[in-house]
Parts: sequence; structure tokens; C-alpha cells
Amino acid sequence: MAKLIVDGTEIDVPPEYTLLQACEAAGAEIPRFCFHERLSIAGNCRMCLVEVKGSPKPVASCAWAVKDCRPGPNGEPPVVNTKTAMVKKAREGVMEFLLINHPLDCPICDQGGECDLQDQAMAYGVDSSRYEENKRAVEDKYIGPLVKTFMTRCIQCTRCIRFASEVAGVPELGAIGRGEDMEITTYLEHAMTSELQGNVIDLCPVGALTSKPYAFQARPWELIKTESVDVMDAVGSNIRVDTRGREVLRVLPRLNEDINEEWISDKTRFIWDGLRTQRLDQPYVRERGKLRPATWNEAFAAIAKKVKGVKPEKIGAIVGDLASVEEVFALKDLIEKLGSPHIDCRQDGVQIDPSLGRAGYIFNATIAGIDEADSIMIVGSNPRREAPILNARIRKRWRAGGVKIGVIGERANLTYDYEYLGTGPESLANFKPGRDKTKKPLWIIGQGALARKDGTSVLAAFMKAAISAGALSDGWNGISMLHTAASRVGALDVGAVPGEGGMTVEEMAKKDALGVLFLLGADEIEVEKGAFAVYIGTHGDRGAHRADVILPGAAYTEKSGIYVNTEGRPQLANRAAFPPGDAREDWAILRALSEQLEAKLGYDSLAELRRAMMQKHPHLGKIGQIERADASALEKIAKLAGNVDKTAFASPITEFYLTNPIARASAVMAECAALAAQRPLQAAE
Amino acid sequence: MAVRRLAEKQPKSFAFSNENLAWAEREIKKYPEGRQASAVIPLLWKAQEQEGWVTEPAIRVIADMLGMAHIRVLEVATFYTMFNLEPVGKYLIQLCGTTPCMLRGAEELKKVCRRRIGEQEQVTKDGKFSWREVECLGACVNAPMVQINYDYYEDLTPESFEKILDALAAGKEPKPGPQIDRQFSAPVGGPTTLKTVGK
Repeated sequence: MAKLIVDGTEIDVPPEYTLLQACEAAGAEIPRFCFHERLSIAGNCRMCLVEVKGSPKPVASCAWAVKDCRPGPNGEPPVVNTKTAMVKKAREGVMEFLLINHPLDCPICDQGGECDLQDQAMAYGVDSSRYEENKRAVEDKYIGPLVKTFMTRCIQCTRCIRFASEVAGVPELGAIGRGEDMEITTYLEHAMTSELQGNVIDLCPVGALTSKPYAFQARPWELIKTESVDVMDAVGSNIRVDTRGREVLRVLPRLNEDINEEWISDKTRFIWDGLRTQRLDQPYVRERGKLRPATWNEAFAAIAKKVKGVKPEKIGAIVGDLASVEEVFALKDLIEKLGSPHIDCRQDGVQIDPSLGRAGYIFNATIAGIDEADSIMIVGSNPRREAPILNARIRKRWRAGGVKIGVIGERANLTYDYEYLGTGPESLANFKPGRDKTKKPLWIIGQGALARKDGTSVLAAFMKAAISAGALSDGWNGISMLHTAASRVGALDVGAVPGEGGMTVEEMAKKDALGVLFLLGADEIEVEKGAFAVYIGTHGDRGAHRADVILPGAAYTEKSGIYVNTEGRPQLANRAAFPPGDAREDWAILRALSEQLEAKLGYDSLAELRRAMMQKHPHLGKIGQIERADASALEKIAKLAGNVDKTAFASPITEFYLTNPIARASAVMAECAALAAQRPLQAAE
Repeated sequence: MAVRRLAEKQPKSFAFSNENLAWAEREIKKYPEGRQASAVIPLLWKAQEQEGWVTEPAIRVIADMLGMAHIRVLEVATFYTMFNLEPVGKYLIQLCGTTPCMLRGAEELKKVCRRRIGEQEQVTKDGKFSWREVECLGACVNAPMVQINYDYYEDLTPESFEKILDALAAGKEPKPGPQIDRQFSAPVGGPTTLKTVGK
């Protein structure tokens, strides 16, 4: 630790701290534009100038380490001042220079009201400008359908460039030219390809990079901000949903060091236009082959008539990828009350058996644990497509150095170097831990390795290999499963899998397998003819097209619900807006329906439902916390080894931008997907 | 200084000649593994030597040779003004217009350029000449001066400058250096001090 006197108070900080960090530790506020905690230090905006005693000039505190300071003549600790006249004048000077070329277009700028430059000009600037020449003007650049540029506003902090090359790992942004003529652009104005590119909008301290879909939609102070959780993948990124009236206008990340840090993927950020289109806003009943609008009572009556006409074992339910735990719990309750064992949440057909223990299907190492891992093995997964945030975390670990990464499965550009160890189960079976065994190996298995006939055996082989590599030791459980569906872990937690003699998704979807089939937002499977399909969901997607009765539900921004992420961490999504038209929250639909089916569920409010659920599954009540799972399950699973076939592992996600019904309804996602589809053609030129 | 952009008309492809490729590979080997990007400026310079200017395909080829993102090489090429981003004449005249040269008659030389070649950065129809004004080239003692490709032509007058241009146009090789009776930057008309030394 090093001693330092900041504004008269002596503090003790680690010597590798920068002066900026030391000043903040001492409680002083340092303005900055280019400095960002998660990016490399550039030191080019000069806003963070402070006075260091003994130095004739002010010092850029972000680029000056505590250990670089010299002690006083008699060994006194170095003295740093942040409130002197010199610092004030330096900041005013820097601010005046920054504003020389910055347009005064705050009234028409989307950043207005949440702009670092605006705020800091108020706090540290002077009241007027002495500049009388023409301001610089810069041509706007096309950098893709998500990020809108207004380059005259750019103050050249280079945060976006550093983000793209460091965090996202796709070095596409750069600064061409120099000095006054420096311009931020992509190579020949190609669209950016990173699936994390939206974060540059948050990083930009001015209005140079703004959200294209959100352009000119609202002012920040008009919006109601609701803290929630993302459901686009199983990571459970923490988000803030901004709404005006009943419309979601944007989605922003929320800081959570254990999950998404402060990033979110583009799908999370730009999905919101899909929440408005293709919505189911009233019940429908199919009559003579055509869906016609109906009232809730008509719809319920039609279902009740059908349900009463079939035997209990001819009733089944499939849980979709976006359902909250409460709905799954209520649906399971209902199906059980109706006397059927047929319920399944594994739409993609993965071979996971939750009865073997919770450790067998969660990301035991935790996402924050990636930072600790000293070797990483990725099996049957393309984390870049399945969970971009988690992939960025692996990249962060890789950048820190001292980690070996291996991949078995798809050979994709993951934004970091790895050793390619094979395509399929054989490579897994042949895996032998070398002499270079590491202390904290992290073994990740993706759904691509499990959504196949031999999934159980693959999982067993994976567990065996991981345990032999030392992924299970005292104080470290590195055996982790990466899910792709937000609802999956929660649904497995409440046991939404076939009971005794129950059918799996695949069996239920077969022709004439069932009499009545409930689809809780299940849009990723093709249900063959035969069963009377009741679709409870939000969008007119595949499930609704197949349905005989449609019950309009609430999307994830329109209901309060618990989602359990791939780590097994229950998180609460809050209602930011109301569902459209006659649509209702899904749990309430199930509750009302249960009464009509004479299988009344024993809860009248969401609170009661939660109480019932938490009584059965107490860990779901610990919001934000991970209940460590008993690792003995992993050894049990390892013993299930059976025959595996030789087919290569493939990631379940082929089109990153179109993985769920909300995304498929979004015009922005469609544009991104179309651009992504062109890319391989370009590369082949 | 103005905004520098890549030329609108670009050739379809670029490849180093065998000789230059061998040179480039030698150059890359100078740097330790993982630091190949250090060779970007020499390689861009070689590409410019070969083609006369830095073409867009050349930027891509060099980026791929060095394992860099294309944008990183574009950054370098647009940063340094000595990389020509547009075609130049066979003889590129860089005319010094900084104070000492200006005081000694660089303005007159500019007039010659304008008359014979045209405006700055314009290439003559026969592709032989183009010119631009640059900042100090460090030959102030011999002001005014121009640099034509790699050679300095110093102590110019409009007449002697035109003679050089005539010679170049005729395919001859005019003598570089001072164009008056003078040895390098020694005093005009012979030495003025130390005359007795060695006598």
C-alpha cells in the first residue's frame, strides 16, 4: 500500500492505483471522458487533470499511477490536489477546447439530458466561449443498423474503438486521419458485426453514437425506468426498461458485476420494437379452420369442452423459452391436477434429467467464476452466439492471460484464441488430462451437445472428462452448463419434465400423440396435426399459427416474474408496461382457466402463487443469490456413460438475431439478421 | 491539413512484386513473434514505392500479411501525410512553402507549378507530374527548394526550376542538389572563413 495525501486527507491505496482511482477513494470527484474502468487507459481527453505537488503542470490523473508519484523532500507522502485554482482553471481550459468544435445542438441531440459533456460543462466549464471561428464539421458515417452516428459531436475520446477491440474482440472501429481531422469510422463504412456493438452507445460520452432505432423517440426525463431482467438468453443480464405510457422505448444495461458487468447484447438492447408488432391482444378460437377473435369466456369454454372430452393421459403441456418460473409452476400444477404426467420444458430436446441433482444442469462455476478459472474447455457450444455476454467474460479472462482454452465442437470465431480439440463426442471420450493440469479448470457444456439422442451419454462423458481434469475439487466446481433459454433452469428447478410414463416434447409433438396440448409460449417446435393446441403466448409466431385456441399472454416486460439464469440465480423481472388489449399475465390466465377445467389452482394472487412455489422450492425465494448445488450429482451423472454416435456437435443457435418470437417480430433484428446472412458471402469474395 | 480520404477510383487488386514480397518478408521477420504489426509502415511505404500511391487493396493485403484488422492499417495510412492516398505523377514535386523558402521565392515556384502542371494534387495528362506544397523539408540554407521523388533540388529560381522540369519531361536525369554554383550548403561564391587553413 502507498500513502498519498489527497486534498489534505491522507489515504492508503494500492501503489498500482491510478491517481484518478486514488482520488475517488479519497472521496474527490474527478471528471473524465476517455477514461473507463473496463477499458484500457487512453489519456487523451485531459479532463481528469489534477495538481501533483512538485509538478509544474497539471497531471492527467487517469494515466498517472500512485507509484509514479515522488515523495516530498523529507519522505512525506505525495500530495495531490483536486480543488485548487490551478485544477479549476485547467478543467475550464480543457472544457473550452472540447466545446470549440462541439456543436451547440443539444436541443436536437438524443443524448441531451443524459450527456456527460453537457453535465460536465455545467459543472466544470465556463459560461461562454471565446471562439469565433467556424466549427469543424465531420461527415456522418454508416456503421450499421443499430448505431447512429453524428460525428460532428465526437470529442475523440476513443472509448468506442477501445471497446470494440478490447471487450467485444472485433476490432472494427478506428480513428482515421489525425488531429482536428480525426474521424471515427469502420473500414470503408462497413456495418459493425459485433453482437455487443450497442454498448458503444452507452460508452459514448456525447451524442456522436446514439441508438438508431430509438432516434428522436423520447427524452430521458419523460421515461419511466423499471429495473428488470433480460430473457433473450440464459445469462439473465440485468436491464433497465424505459417506458413511456404503455410502450417500451428502450432497454439499457444495469450494473451487475456477477453477471453482465455493464454490457448487454444487441438482442437484449434492440429487441423492444418486437414487443409492439405481431402481438396477440385478444383470445382467438379456431372455427372451420380459421381463427376468429373471441372473448375469454368463449375461449375458456372451447378449451373446457375439449379437455373434458379426452382422457387425462391425453393432455400435455410444453413450456417455451421465455416463461417465468411462476407460470411454469402453475402450469405444472394444472397438468398434475388434470391427472396427466405429460409436461416438458426441453423444447430443443436436450437430455437433461433434473432428478439427478441440480448441479447437473447449472453453471456451477458461476459467471464471475470465469475470472478465476485457469483453463477453460468449451464443449458443444458457441458461447458467442448463445450468450455473448458470457463470451465477453471468457474473452476478458483470456486477455488477462495465463489461461488455456480448448474447444470441442463447432470451430467458430469466438474472439479469442483456443486450441481446437475435435468436433464431437469421440474427442471428448479421448480426452486425457495432460501433465499440465490446472487448479481451477472450467468445463462448459452447451445445449448443442445435449440436444441429441445420445445426450445423456455425452453429458456423462463430459462429466467424466471434466472430473478427470480436476474441475471438481475442494472449493471449486468448474463443471458448468450453458443454457440458451431463459426459462430453462427455472423450469427444471420446479420439475417441469415428464413424470412417470410422461412424454417428452418430441413425443408430444408427434401426430395424434395427445388430445389437448398446452403450449406456454412454445414457438421453437413444430407440433404435428392431431392434438387440440392451446397456445398461451405473446406473439403470432409458430405456436399461434398451429393453435386451436389462443390465449394472449404478457411479454417479459409486462409481468412480474422470476427467471433463473444459467448459474441457477433467481432474478426478478418487473413489470414495465401493461400487456396490450385483452392480454393478461400468464399465471392469471392459467389460474382462470383452471377454474373452468374444474381443477382450480390454490392461489388467487401472484404473491400466493409465489408463496406456494417457494414453499416447495425455497431457493427460488433467494432473489439474486445462487444456491450452491450438491456436486455429488455430477459424479452420479458421470456413471451413466453409454454409447455415443459420431455426429459432430452443433450449436443450437444458427441465427443469433432470431431466436425467439419477440426477436422474430422485430424489424431491427430482421435487418441485423439479413446483414449477418450476407457476411459469409462477403468473406468468400 | 485537410481530411484525407481514400481515392474514389481504386484498382481491383494489389500484390507485391516477387522482389518486394521477399523484402517485405525479411522486414516482418525483424520483429518478434506477435509484434508483426510493427512492420506496417515499411510495408505501406514499399507498396507506395511499387504503385506510386497506397491503394485500398494494398491496405487490405498488408493488413492480412501482418494479421491486423483492416481498419488498423487504414488508420496508419491516413495518419501519415507522406502516404499518397491518391495517384500522383511519375515525378511528385513536393514544394517547400515554409517561411525561409517563401521569403526566398517559393511563391514564384508555385506559379511555375500552377502554369505547367495545374493545381495541387492534379496529375498532368501524360501522368508525369503532380505537385503539392509541403511544410519545411529542412534545407532552409538552400531555399527555395523542392523535392522531386527522392531528390532535393535547391537554390532554385523559376528559370532553373523550369529547366529541371523540362529535363524530366524529356526523360533526362537533371543533377540534384544546388542549382547554382555552390557546393552543398557551403557559402555561395566559395568559402568565406578558414581560407588560410591548409595553405
